[in-house]
Amino acid sequence: MPTRALPVPGTPRRAGSTVAALAVLVVLLFPLYWMLNIALQPGESLAATRWLPTTAGWDNFQRALSSQGGSLATSLVVALGAVVVCLALAAPAAYALAQFGLRSGRAIVFATLITQMVPGIVIANALYSAYVELGLVNSTLGLILADASLGLPFSIVLLRAFMVSIPREVVEAALVDGANRFTAFVRIVLPMSRNALITAGLFTFLFAWSDFMFALTLNTTDDVKPITLSMYEYIGAHVSDWGAVMATAVVSAVPAAILLVLAQKYVAAGITGGSVK
Amino acid sequence: MTTTVTTSVTAPTGRPRPAGVPRERRRATLLRWCFVAPAALYMLAFFGYPLVRNILMSFQHYSPRTYFTGEAPFNGLDNWRGVFDNPLFAQSLWHTLVFTFGSLLGQFVLGLALAVFFSRRFRLSGFVRAVLLLPWLVPMVVSAVVWRKLLDQETGVLNTLLMDLHLTSSAIPWLSSPNVALFAAILVNVWIGIPFNMVILYGGLQEIPRDLYEAAALDGAGAWRTFRSLTLPLLRPVVTVVLILGFMSTVKILDLILALTGGGPADSTQTLGTLTYQLSFQQLDFGQGAVVGNVLVLVSAVFAVLYLRANRSDFGQGK
Repeated sequence: MPTRALPVPGTPRRAGSTVAALAVLVVLLFPLYWMLNIALQPGESLAATRWLPTTAGWDNFQRALSSQGGSLATSLVVALGAVVVCLALAAPAAYALAQFGLRSGRAIVFATLITQMVPGIVIANALYSAYVELGLVNSTLGLILADASLGLPFSIVLLRAFMVSIPREVVEAALVDGANRFTAFVRIVLPMSRNALITAGLFTFLFAWSDFMFALTLNTTDDVKPITLSMYEYIGAHVSDWGAVMATAVVSAVPAAILLVLAQKYVAAGITGGSVK
Repeated sequence: MTTTVTTSVTAPTGRPRPAGVPRERRRATLLRWCFVAPAALYMLAFFGYPLVRNILMSFQHYSPRTYFTGEAPFNGLDNWRGVFDNPLFAQSLWHTLVFTFGSLLGQFVLGLALAVFFSRRFRLSGFVRAVLLLPWLVPMVVSAVVWRKLLDQETGVLNTLLMDLHLTSSAIPWLSSPNVALFAAILVNVWIGIPFNMVILYGGLQEIPRDLYEAAALDGAGAWRTFRSLTLPLLRPVVTVVLILGFMSTVKILDLILALTGGGPADSTQTLGTLTYQLSFQQLDFGQGAVVGNVLVLVSAVFAVLYLRANRSDFGQGK
């Protein structure tokens, strides 16, 4: 392992592979480049878009922000709220499943599978009626609670996988010192699980930020309108202003890019851990 | 963090725990439940309840009036009959299967090819692999909107490219022709799903011991032979996981299709997901919507059972 990062004598450089990889990158990321390209070209008409944004300008972004700023703020509040709800539920559950010696491995795989199996539209179908009865339709709280469901199974699996590796003795030592289970959990387990919590939180944020289904179905007025819903209505209403649409798209894609930069090494582990374990 | 761990592992791990007095043990059990209960209750409310409620709803008559009067009387099998008599249902089921299997085929083949490719060590490999995740991380609605522009018949860059390269003589009506739209939706979904397949399959490839490859090379096996007789069989458990998870997440897709085509043109991209949405939230017939939703759950459940069986044989006894 330690030799891996170093250029070991004898390891071929394989410049050809690197070139091929970059070619793949160019092809697969072209749609996202094109999004940025259109967003940066001012006064983009229906006619030809140039291949490069040689005369880049920010007016598309200004128009996008002035009309979509409120929705971006809504998305931010909802996604952060969903992270808080999700982690508050997932962390203790994951800890209990990991440390209390519950024979839970199979049950968790099964439960996670069930949650994967239930289509969002089925949840929305039933949830809408319940929300009407509870007065949660068109409320930020209602959307936060629904969006937390997008990250919860994943977070439990991820956190449990991490917390299994915390030696039981660390917590037991604290218990001997007079702390109760809960205090030990907050003071010792949570700080030790920091990286796993950050990863679960980032993913939950992204899931909630990307949510479209609950935003679409659990809101009937314009009171709570996250950016995904707003974009959906936007392309229905005036598709002529592609510059502003693409500028909005760029801004909506920013959290994904940040996630990739901040947590590059956790992202791949997160995808794999959440689905294979 | 590391220091805590290293000092503590010196304690024997298999130490029998003191068997406390019954009262204490009951308290411990109660405490366990306090940790698990919030998440368990939440899961019941947001996953269990909708499943049960949908079954009930499929036997109830919902109409636009329901939400004023609060009345949804039971109506036997009327909703089920209504849905099965609707020609759109069979069409949607067919589109769903074509969309799902088409997407899986494209995602898996390209994802596997990239995973194998990136298993070779070369410069920038890690960086490129990470950046390739972006399409999967971007909100699906955003991807759909971007592709709507790319696939636009007159102003889309894809048609411009194809015509400049003389691969097609006239602009392809990607999203406006009923014959092409479903294919276009599959194309976009393949693009979205490649990173997911690539990452998981790449992880699986890393688990295969390197000396097996060395042994194969010593035996004179070529690249294709090694891939077919060594890599694929050893990768099988991971392949199963990828395909079944991929199936379950693809079969229910709604965001992408609503934002890309809205189920059109002429219902040519209508799937079980979009049909549920249309029946429930546009026609306010939540009863019929629930019927289609239940069918969707059923289709997924069949595959979940297949998954569990495959899982048992792959990770179970002795293997």
